[in-house]
Amino acid sequence: MLSKKISALLCCLSLLSLPLVHANAENPLNVFACEPEWAALATQLGGDRLSIYSATNAKQDPHHIQARPSLIAKARQAELLICTGAELEIGWLPILLRKAGNGNIMPGQPGHFSAADHVQLLEQATILDRSKGDMHAAGNPHFHLDPYRIKQIALSLSQTLSNIDPAHRSHYQQQLALFTQRLDSQISIWEARAKSLQGKLIVVHHDSWIYLEKWLKLDKVATLEAKLGIPPSSAHLSQVLEKMRATPADFIIHTDYQNDRAARWLSEKTNIPVISLSSSVANDEDIFQWFDRLINALLETTP
Amino acid sequence: MVRYALFAAASAAFLLNTNPALASNDIELLQQQIAAMKQDYEQRILALETGLIKAQQNAQKAAALAPQARLANKPALRQNTFNPAISFVLDGRYASSSNSADDYQLPGFALNDEAGLDQAGFSVGEAELVISSNVDDKFYAEATLAFNNDEMSVEEIFIQTLNLSDGLTLKAGRFFSDIGYLNAQHAHVWDFADAPLIYRGLFGNQLSNEGLQVNYIVPADFFLQLGFELGNSDSFPAAGNREGASSWSSSINIGDDIGVEHSWQLGLNHWQANHINERGSEGLTEAYAFSGKSRINGIDWVYKWAPNGNPKNRHFKLQFEYFERQEEGEINLLTNSADFDGKQSGWYAQAVYKFLPTWRSALRFDRLGSDNDGSDLPLLADAGLLTYGHTPQRLSAMLEWIPSEFSRIRLQFNHDKSYSDTDNQLFLQYTFAIGSHTGHSY
Repeated sequence: MLSKKISALLCCLSLLSLPLVHANAENPLNVFACEPEWAALATQLGGDRLSIYSATNAKQDPHHIQARPSLIAKARQAELLICTGAELEIGWLPILLRKAGNGNIMPGQPGHFSAADHVQLLEQATILDRSKGDMHAAGNPHFHLDPYRIKQIALSLSQTLSNIDPAHRSHYQQQLALFTQRLDSQISIWEARAKSLQGKLIVVHHDSWIYLEKWLKLDKVATLEAKLGIPPSSAHLSQVLEKMRATPADFIIHTDYQNDRAARWLSEKTNIPVISLSSSVANDEDIFQWFDRLINALLETTP
Repeated sequence: MVRYALFAAASAAFLLNTNPALASNDIELLQQQIAAMKQDYEQRILALETGLIKAQQNAQKAAALAPQARLANKPALRQNTFNPAISFVLDGRYASSSNSADDYQLPGFALNDEAGLDQAGFSVGEAELVISSNVDDKFYAEATLAFNNDEMSVEEIFIQTLNLSDGLTLKAGRFFSDIGYLNAQHAHVWDFADAPLIYRGLFGNQLSNEGLQVNYIVPADFFLQLGFELGNSDSFPAAGNREGASSWSSSINIGDDIGVEHSWQLGLNHWQANHINERGSEGLTEAYAFSGKSRINGIDWVYKWAPNGNPKNRHFKLQFEYFERQEEGEINLLTNSADFDGKQSGWYAQAVYKFLPTWRSALRFDRLGSDNDGSDLPLLADAGLLTYGHTPQRLSAMLEWIPSEFSRIRLQFNHDKSYSDTDNQLFLQYTFAIGSHTGHSY
């Protein structure tokens, strides 16, 4: 009796879902972005052809997300998935993909775009040992902080968009040309503005800023998290403090989703200013505004 | 289409050539117009060509960059490149209680032999070896081998489809049933060192299924999952029937986010086995067997909160599950038998608070009830199915330290009124995971 009721319910539900399954060709392409920077990049490259959902926001640590029911529901309907890769999402993305049962976005499918596959990563580990913390074997996954790498990824992502949605190839090519042109001119503006930052000594909370450091030629002298992903120990902090008393850094960089206790503590002891930076694009801005904001924040605090 | 155009062009040419009425200045005008059109098109083509060359140059530049990038990230090719992901979880513990673990009872409920208390002292509770990998483009396989004292058992071994169809997933093998919230999770990811009393009473801690599972995610903006499972009913809480698929269950799960910081999931579950044959249980005085029909209904609800939706630093979870079971059949104890009509139910509620990045604390309350009846009450009493007015309940508190994602040390205290002699239990549990990164399901 009950099984009949359930199958009747199943039938009703699948009927309800029919119009959604057979999407009209003019409907926008459903994109599931793991991080807001990829949602922002996709917006630049696809414009209103894409309907984009970002699984995380800039205030969330993308390494520590759970495969929430809402994420499964969104992944279920996605036609393209854009993630960082390099094991950044390893704690939740494999589970999410297995639960969502969506063949379009499985690894190896055209609808599975892993940004790390399209750029060279820094800090590729040669010795893998968790006594050194929660390591990413493929390299440091925070490469979206380098606009040159963003440009490379934009090119590959645009090709992926054209492959999945060939009817709008020319639109994507046009958007890519516009974006690259704008990015090139912005890069020269940012580099000119950030010239005064070259060689500044910085302390970071977590090694999530190496691509920015390399790009703007900042000199990292200490990391508060002695081991990746493991909160700073007091022994290590006192070592950093001693080092800072001997040769003070210019500023301490802290990612705004991380606990700021250690950074504030060091700042109070040494009077080195703390800069709280957004590691990704906020809801109300585009990728250019976010880079602007990063550089503004660094320049404002620079003595 | 082309044919029509040719025909139109031919007839136009014919008209132009043969119509003497067309004035010569009209022809000139036409020639001018054609020339203008030609010029216009030539310009457009030139613009397109330059654009194309530029695009090709850009693509070449990018292609020059891309192979380097690909090469640099390419993993070294070794013999073991295709080894599956392997992780090993050790769940060691120290247990101490005011009553002997051998005296444990759960009046009103049929206990299987796995559902007792931990023996006092140190033990390596359960170690798990998890091996998983994609089989090919269509299947994923996972095996969990459990080492308990000196015995090894296969806790789970299944294959699962990867891209069967839109939202549809099939699983086959031995796996923890999807009914309830905690059941499908492995015990080492639970927030307490032991199972809720209702899980102990109904499922012998955890309901394992050997059979098939179908899950369908309805395409909607919120989470709606329909699940159906079919299994043999030869393992607890069913038993003794391997003739075809004879237990089944179904579940509906709904969930969503509320804003950025809150998320929830609600599940409704039903499990049923119609032909249970001699399910053995530890009775009060003697072991006994149940044969007949058993049905379980349940509801589970989970709510989670994290500031900005970022659970790394602070996190709160509220969780509630309720189950009820109805059984009709026969009880056999030694040489006696009696008709049995049993109703058992129970719930637990728990709250977990992560107050610092490496510290979590939690409270849990369990409560059970039963209304069992039968043709021979003294026999039911011997089987431990009568409660004499006692309501089993338990209060638990725990505090844990999580130095990293891969290790955890937990202290737990239970004030346990499962049976009339109140028991105080203490656990020190240490859990370590080595090997590949394990995932966090909701």
